[in-house]
Amino acid sequence: MSILEVFRHKQKKTNSAAIARERLQIIVAHERNGEHTTPDYLPSMKQDILEVVRKYVDVQQEHVSITFESQQDVSILELNVTLPETNSVAS
Amino acid sequence: MARIIVVTSGKGGVGKTTTSAALSTGLALQGHRTVVIDFDIGLRNLDLVMGCERRVVYDFINIINGEAALHQALIKDKHTDNLFVLPASQTRDKDALTPEGVAQVLETLSKEFDYIVCDSPAGIERGALMALYHADEAIITTNPEVSSVRDSDRILGILHSKSRRAELNLEPVREHLLLTRYDPTRVERGDMLSVEDVTDILAIPLLGVIPEDDTVLKASNQGMPVIHLEDSDAGNAYDDAVQRFLGQECPMRFLEAPRKGLLQRIFGGQG
Repeated sequence: MSILEVFRHKQKKTNSAAIARERLQIIVAHERNGEHTTPDYLPSMKQDILEVVRKYVDVQQEHVSITFESQQDVSILELNVTLPETNSVAS
Repeated sequence: MARIIVVTSGKGGVGKTTTSAALSTGLALQGHRTVVIDFDIGLRNLDLVMGCERRVVYDFINIINGEAALHQALIKDKHTDNLFVLPASQTRDKDALTPEGVAQVLETLSKEFDYIVCDSPAGIERGALMALYHADEAIITTNPEVSSVRDSDRILGILHSKSRRAELNLEPVREHLLLTRYDPTRVERGDMLSVEDVTDILAIPLLGVIPEDDTVLKASNQGMPVIHLEDSDAGNAYDDAVQRFLGQECPMRFLEAPRKGLLQRIFGGQG
């Protein structure tokens, strides 16, 4: 540490550790829920569902979310489509 | 019957081999008959860290294949009584590590030793799975860094589902967190995850905190487990961790940054 840094020291508190902690808490909780054990077919099924929805409504990839959750003896597939505000029906 | 300890992490380069060498040496110094096994088939390194690389004749795979007797492959440590090293093969690949072979070697060693320390390879492939399968205790070696913490969490998941104790529905593997390469100065600056951050996320009991320390490199340069170096902070921290592992109360050290004097602050310098 040089002489200048002695004076600069006080202001220099970054807090990247807090960001790391927050990101880890989220990803670890996510992965513990068995997210990483989703079936292999999920991405391509998501693509197909998106195609079907698009036949009727103009939605983007990010407006369709599919989550897969496994509990003891049931697995739940949750499909969430956010429809655009205006009723723009594709012809 | 020996206790089987796996030193694992998921991520590479976090200090598994350094820890295996220090822990096994520490246990042997306490008078326990200890053997440390390198499970990193194809990339053996424990022999170098233990300083016995020139005495390797037979290895783990030779034993599994029946090409040598177990006592021919075990290398007696030259620094410490009660300590033996079983090196990994340098030439075969990890498929040579068969579940039956590993089980048989561990069973035989179990009769002669108090502790069997399994130095796991990185990753979650066969070598790592074999190393943790038989474990009674797991030392989860983790750096205060995002990818290491995440990988440690994955390894904990695997211990819960794929270890022998999990498969047979026995009492679960006892898990211990060993936080390595910890730099209190960076933690105080807010640039490194703290002990509390990591223990909160992984939620397993803390066995010890090993500070980032130049002597770790000096020790491996010489092929001497760092726990032997008396004026080494990392060595002392490993010593404490071994005591705690054996059930002794032992306060945590090296969690705070050394205070700098005024002159040091002004003129800079090491530390």
